[in-house]
Amino acid sequence: MARITSGAAEARITLPGTRPPLSASALFWKAAPAISIAGLFLFWQLLSLSGVFSNYLLPQVPTVFHRVAIDVITGEFWINAAHTLYRALAGFAIAATLAVTIGIAMARVRVVNWFFDPVLSIGFPMPKVAWLPVFMLWFGAYDTSKILLIAFSAFFAIAVNTVAGTQGVDRYLVWSARSLGASDRKVLRTVILPAALPQILTGFQIAMPLAMIVTIVTEMLMGGVGLGGAMIRAQRFADSIGVFAGIVEIGFTGFVVIFGMRWVRRQLLTWHEEAKR
Amino acid sequence: MMANLTHGLYRYAPLVLLALAWEAAVRTGVISELVLPRFSDALVSWWDLTTTGGMFEQAAHSLKRAVIGLGLAVALGTTAGILMAWNATIRVFVNPLIQMFYPMPKSALIPVMILWFGLGDASKIVTIFIGCLLPIVVSSFNGARGVEDVILWSARSLGATRRQLLWQIIVPAAMPEILTGIRTALAISFVLLVSSEFIIARDGIGFMISGFGDEGNYDRMFACIMTVVAMGFCADRIFQLFMRRVLIWRE
Repeated sequence: MARITSGAAEARITLPGTRPPLSASALFWKAAPAISIAGLFLFWQLLSLSGVFSNYLLPQVPTVFHRVAIDVITGEFWINAAHTLYRALAGFAIAATLAVTIGIAMARVRVVNWFFDPVLSIGFPMPKVAWLPVFMLWFGAYDTSKILLIAFSAFFAIAVNTVAGTQGVDRYLVWSARSLGASDRKVLRTVILPAALPQILTGFQIAMPLAMIVTIVTEMLMGGVGLGGAMIRAQRFADSIGVFAGIVEIGFTGFVVIFGMRWVRRQLLTWHEEAKR
Repeated sequence: MMANLTHGLYRYAPLVLLALAWEAAVRTGVISELVLPRFSDALVSWWDLTTTGGMFEQAAHSLKRAVIGLGLAVALGTTAGILMAWNATIRVFVNPLIQMFYPMPKSALIPVMILWFGLGDASKIVTIFIGCLLPIVVSSFNGARGVEDVILWSARSLGATRRQLLWQIIVPAAMPEILTGIRTALAISFVLLVSSEFIIARDGIGFMISGFGDEGNYDRMFACIMTVVAMGFCADRIFQLFMRRVLIWRE
């Protein structure tokens, strides 16, 4: 697996405190991300000023960020984001607990595998959000039904990856641990779980964006406090600045969640090969 | 043939058991018929809706939206991903935008899409297109970047042109990851399809589900949900078969 890198740049040794002066082209590469994001907002602003779209269809950048700033200062944003995050994370936690437990049980107990295998193969590709009216009927329009639908949406991706990860554990590892006298529980805790962890976390990373999509949809459809609810209210009142501010706020929240997941992955897998890359 | 049949029966028996448990729970009154219709009633409604209720047309209409949105995303996404791997200037400028938009829950765009494109097909297609685009770009980029340098060097030293390098080495080598990305996008396209039809639509299978739910016509609602589940399952299965076909050269 040795990867050959054309490592002239990486191999250069820089002494502390003596940073070489940046050349014009190096400066360009460094600034490129900022240029491209600034370019996007500039493009948006120019498009909005050009009059091709009315300010209702495409509000100007400063107006939208002014609204975001107001939401942040008045606390509106924090309250909404806290509700959205609470639902998303609570649902995700339920899904993760159940899915990892069932996934490991499937890899170890025949009957469990027999029962859940077809359930997962139907459930994994199905658009879980289609059950939203059913969840509303059964659990009402408040947090219970939202959280359960989010859990339902996240469950299958995590379970499928847990099964794959647990089944993929090197058998020799398990056998040698056992021959050294480890109990079943110990083998599970110290061998199987750590070995399956990268794939389980991959399952988390697939499930989290889905959970966020569904969180926003449940809030839009069932209302209540939350980023999605605030956005759909803005739309009903034809408050297009509010709608765009909602996109910015939801985008920011999603960004924090997804990068949080990546950070957790790095923390949990410091011992793993992938951390060295 | 017979062995295949019994194997399939054994494999899918749990689903039959679940259906029977559903029927039994409602018939014995453990679960009230007000909140869960009988499974047999849902099946009958399913048959009615397919034969006379126009469910087939509605489902086809929804499917058309998903296929167009996903198709556009595949065309643009793979091109963009491979271009990003190919050219460093494109990469530095496009990558920050992807990093910024990738984590955003795309359902947030539904209200704006309705604002811009109205209640018809266009708003759903664009939502699906945007939602599917980034996973495909990212997976094509990773696939194309993951090609071992040694292979590229040896191809080049054997006199391959840039075009040959692209079509004979990079695209095939990136194919497994591109296809995995498309499979993820397929799942996302169905979620966004149903969600956007729930939120605002005049037709489509998601509209039918929410419509019957609002009317309290629960056996029909369940019939439509079963159709959506079957659509997702079949789409994924067909795509998996296709993947195996395309990747037949990998052991």
